[in-house]
Amino acid sequence: MDHEKLHRLVGAVKSGRLSRRGFVRRLAAVGLTAPMATQILALAGAAPAAAQAPSGYTPTRAGGGGPLKILYWQGATLLNPHFAVGTKDQDGSRLFYEPLAGWAPDGTLVPFLAAEIPSVENGGLAQDGRSVTWTLRRDVKWHDGEQFSADDVIFNHEYATNPATASVTIGTYRDVKVEKVDDFTVRVHFDKPTPFWAEAFVGTRGMIIPRHKFRDFVGDKSRDAPTNLSPVGTSAYRFTEFKPGDIVKGERNPGYYLASRPYFDTVEVKGGGDAVSAARAVLQTGEWDYAWNLQVEDEILKRLEAAGRGRVNIVDTGNIEFIQLQNTDPWTEVEGERGSVKSRHPTLTDPAVREALNLLVDRKAIQDFIYGRTGIATANYVNNPPRFRSPNTSFEFNIAKANEILDRGGWTRGAGGIRAKDGRQLKFVFQTSINAPRQKTQAIIKQACQRAGIELELKSVTASVFFSSDVANPDTYTKFFADMQMYTTTMSQPDPQIFMEAFVSWEASTRENKWQGRNITRWRSEEYDRTWRAATAELDPIKRAALLIQCNDLVIQNRVVIPVVARPLVSASSRTLRDSLSGWDNTFWNLRDWFRDRQS
Amino acid sequence: MLQYFARRLMVAIPSLLGISVVLFTVLALAPGDPFEELATNPAIPPEVRENLRTQFGLDDPVHIRYLRWLLAMLQGDWGYSFVSRVNVDDLILQRLPTTILIIGSSQILALLIALPVGIMAARRPYSVFDQVANTLAFIGFSLPTFFTGLLLILLFSIALDWLPFVYRADIDATGWRWWWEHLRQSIMPVLVLGLFQGAALTRFVRSAMLDVIRLDYVTTARSKGLPERTVINRHVVRNALIPVVTLMALQVPAVFGGAIVTEQIFRVPGIGSLLISAVLANDTPVIMAVTFVLSVLVVLCNLLADIIYGWLDPRISYR
Repeated sequence: MDHEKLHRLVGAVKSGRLSRRGFVRRLAAVGLTAPMATQILALAGAAPAAAQAPSGYTPTRAGGGGPLKILYWQGATLLNPHFAVGTKDQDGSRLFYEPLAGWAPDGTLVPFLAAEIPSVENGGLAQDGRSVTWTLRRDVKWHDGEQFSADDVIFNHEYATNPATASVTIGTYRDVKVEKVDDFTVRVHFDKPTPFWAEAFVGTRGMIIPRHKFRDFVGDKSRDAPTNLSPVGTSAYRFTEFKPGDIVKGERNPGYYLASRPYFDTVEVKGGGDAVSAARAVLQTGEWDYAWNLQVEDEILKRLEAAGRGRVNIVDTGNIEFIQLQNTDPWTEVEGERGSVKSRHPTLTDPAVREALNLLVDRKAIQDFIYGRTGIATANYVNNPPRFRSPNTSFEFNIAKANEILDRGGWTRGAGGIRAKDGRQLKFVFQTSINAPRQKTQAIIKQACQRAGIELELKSVTASVFFSSDVANPDTYTKFFADMQMYTTTMSQPDPQIFMEAFVSWEASTRENKWQGRNITRWRSEEYDRTWRAATAELDPIKRAALLIQCNDLVIQNRVVIPVVARPLVSASSRTLRDSLSGWDNTFWNLRDWFRDRQS
Repeated sequence: MLQYFARRLMVAIPSLLGISVVLFTVLALAPGDPFEELATNPAIPPEVRENLRTQFGLDDPVHIRYLRWLLAMLQGDWGYSFVSRVNVDDLILQRLPTTILIIGSSQILALLIALPVGIMAARRPYSVFDQVANTLAFIGFSLPTFFTGLLLILLFSIALDWLPFVYRADIDATGWRWWWEHLRQSIMPVLVLGLFQGAALTRFVRSAMLDVIRLDYVTTARSKGLPERTVINRHVVRNALIPVVTLMALQVPAVFGGAIVTEQIFRVPGIGSLLISAVLANDTPVIMAVTFVLSVLVVLCNLLADIIYGWLDPRISYR
């Protein structure tokens, strides 16, 4: 992608010489999708940032909506956002706490406790990318009536960065410095130019807790704070009851700072049970209004949906189910370490083999017969937001071509039809966690490989072992003592920088770092390292997007991984519920805009 | 008697200690750790996980962790949940009333079914009534609770739309409506557990009755000219109930076990669902506490059974 030309075009739109539609059409001509083009405009400041969430909130007065009943098949276990390990806990906290800004479904920011989104134009973003200044709303009161101010924001930074607090948000806050400019202005300082500045105080890990309630409970004493279990936040609903793992209840906050919000009088989140029966309670019996995270086969969802009482929501995310190909040798020990970075995989490092494997994954069939609407076949590792989706990749399923490539690469069929070269057979161990769709996918791939003379030995590991960080267990995914493995990785921010860190050479997962390095395939490429580094320092959003797309392309073209399906978020809502969901933030990120449409 | 009781309690202590050692070791050896979700989230640095592990003392050797747990337990400190960071005893106390309510009602239901049906069946063995009761009882205890639970949901919630299948411990209603809502949501879980228990008990009551009804003293009572009702109620049932009571006491832990599955199906916020979610989250202190409470129950129920046995049958002496 030629970014200079793009800049000229954006400039033309800004000065009015080119219409926005004309811009989109020009980009479409070079193969860029319309949403990507619009997002490029937004990035370059030529379009208004999403000022309000695109939810179509219509009620004209607050309250009167009755109860909102939500089912989670895993109930929230704690309500302090700084301790919230999983989505369920973050969501539970988000009922009552708000960040400065949240992420809309298209990956743009929506202000919550902030008065506006910082930008270069409004002076919020420093030109050198080393600081960002947030102006806060002045009309925000905590649920107990105290005034919200910059001190609360500063306090959250202190609270999270104290190692004795043992907060899970420490990673978000420890590398930034926070300065109080005045009572309603806060400046976040970075020690180097930071193009992706919207992490601290934003989204899932950015919820703000009240200083006056937690002041005496920093560090070692953090566990004793009574407010851990009875939150006092700023959101549209205030806390009434909590039983860990079972139920969280709230009622309408009459002092909420937005007019005519929220709509419902009470909100109740019930935990426990299983995903299928949760889907049933919403879609089939209509007893409940919303069911979270339905990891249920699409066929079952379709059947339940046929009852006509509710609908299934599919929300785009960056999560992806993908196959990793091994680079080091997992079967021989080098200096007492399997999969040592000093070794090379004897057969999988041949590009011809990787190319063939890529052709043997029938993504279309996997989507059609296994995942349905809940897994979209893709050629890219980064799929969303659209501005980072590479237009340069494609996938196909072609056994004949795979055979041809292997023939050309000198891999000849031997005993039992298995290909070999220099006495080394194409036999691979393919591991994944135990999960019905994954085992089906494994079987589909194994069949195709067989027809190309590659033998796969399928291995499935209990999820609790596979995904554990247990250093003593050889079957964890971070150790990757196999030739191929498949799982889903989540992209928690609408920016691929951290996501793509999983391929830089210094992150290789080894014994030295107790297999906690994020580069699990142990692939090392100087070109990739250089490109990723350049992206992390590039302040120009368009150039940076181009660099990150190049990162994706390097990973795909070198067949470091084989993407299978992109995994959207799946949930269910009753027919009358108008929810507002985003794949980049918590389920309740915009709960203030949820309402019931009596007409439909 | 008191001496016997004291001695039995003393014997119970080493067995409880043994149980706790086994539980703790098994849990420590089991794979997985409570910070799985942290491990798969790229935005959380690994040091956070390390930090939490040290803070929760997970990196110490097993025997040290066990001793620490035991000492705290002896002082009445049950530890706190890794996941919710709430004290374990609070969590258990929060869940206990619901479980006791459901299990209590289902035991009562089981008795209400088993006693009359078992007695009636034994009075006329191999009659039509007996055959039917036997067959139903057989079906009843052959069907696992998770299956009957799903069947009931399909029938009453989905096909007929009469009953809710999501149990809510606190209902926003007062007075009659509150009772009515509670009754409506408890019917299915209580029915599932009660029928399962009832079926097994029915067969047991029947065979205990049959054992007694053939004895000479019953014939004597009959030949004395006592009315049939008196013979059955005063002479047969009383004696036949001795083993039944023992069985009930011994089955209490089994009922708790069965309730785990049932609670999960109906989302009843009881001990069982607490245990399941703790197991799924590898929340060791909670698993340890709940299983330990269950094993204490087993030991105590055994003791209770022995004591009741002697009380019902004075021929048994305690030495």
